[in-house]
Amino acid sequence: MDARRDGETTLMKNRTTVERTSEREVVVTRTVNGPARVVFEAFTKPELFTRWWLPKSMGMVLRSCEMDVRVGGTYRLVFEPDGMAFFGTYREVTPPSRLVWTNEEGGEGGPVTTVTLEEKGGQTLLVLQELHHSKESLDAAGTGAAEAMVETFAQLDELLLTL
Amino acid sequence: MASRLDASFAALSDVTRRGVLEQLGRADASITDLANRFDMTLTGMKKHVGVLEQAGLVTTEKVGRVRTCKLGLRALEEEAAWISRHHRVWVARFDELDEVVEELKAKERADGRKKRR
Repeated sequence: MDARRDGETTLMKNRTTVERTSEREVVVTRTVNGPARVVFEAFTKPELFTRWWLPKSMGMVLRSCEMDVRVGGTYRLVFEPDGMAFFGTYREVTPPSRLVWTNEEGGEGGPVTTVTLEEKGGQTLLVLQELHHSKESLDAAGTGAAEAMVETFAQLDELLLTL
Repeated sequence: MASRLDASFAALSDVTRRGVLEQLGRADASITDLANRFDMTLTGMKKHVGVLEQAGLVTTEKVGRVRTCKLGLRALEEEAAWISRHHRVWVARFDELDEVVEELKAKERADGRKKRR
């Protein structure tokens, strides 16, 4: 798609798949060109995690990020300008292959995210599964401010039609 | 998604089911309406509607004792839009993750060289 040609070290990007495997579950897969321990580190160190989990295109400005990565430990990401937060608890922490956390900002019974990392020949297959308690919850699952923006424009379009 | 498309094409391979879709494109209808129009038994029509429903081409809703059928293309479009919205976000994330991983690998290599010295 957009293989960069600006140097020998930049590789063709690996394919990302997103699949709704059931009404309540979405599975994302991606091969990463590095060993599992490095990918695990990128998931568990706040300064690394926030860099990629919140890409600039998402348009979210982080105020703070705390991650206590151990079973029963909590994480909390707080955003500008209004202090909106994502938070939850780590349920499983098995370096470098498995990480499970809850997402509790929507109240109890929120979705559970399971990440598995499988290393093969210096590459890592990353599988991220998000299991929701209902179809409605997954339908409404947000992807951050970028999506909110699209929705805002859609609402504006609708409003303009009525004027 | 691929299995969903298979189901869609299988559903469209039957002349009656294509007729039902055409009919529902003009107006929503109950299973009884459709059975009468296509001169079929209620059970036969239920089967056809079931296949269309499985493929996401038709949605049905029971109100009182009547099951109303309507075109489900909108549901498919919404599903595709949902997937593409999430796909965009994940591609953006993994592009950044690639850079983080490259940096960590470079750092490991550098640290390894230091240790060997």
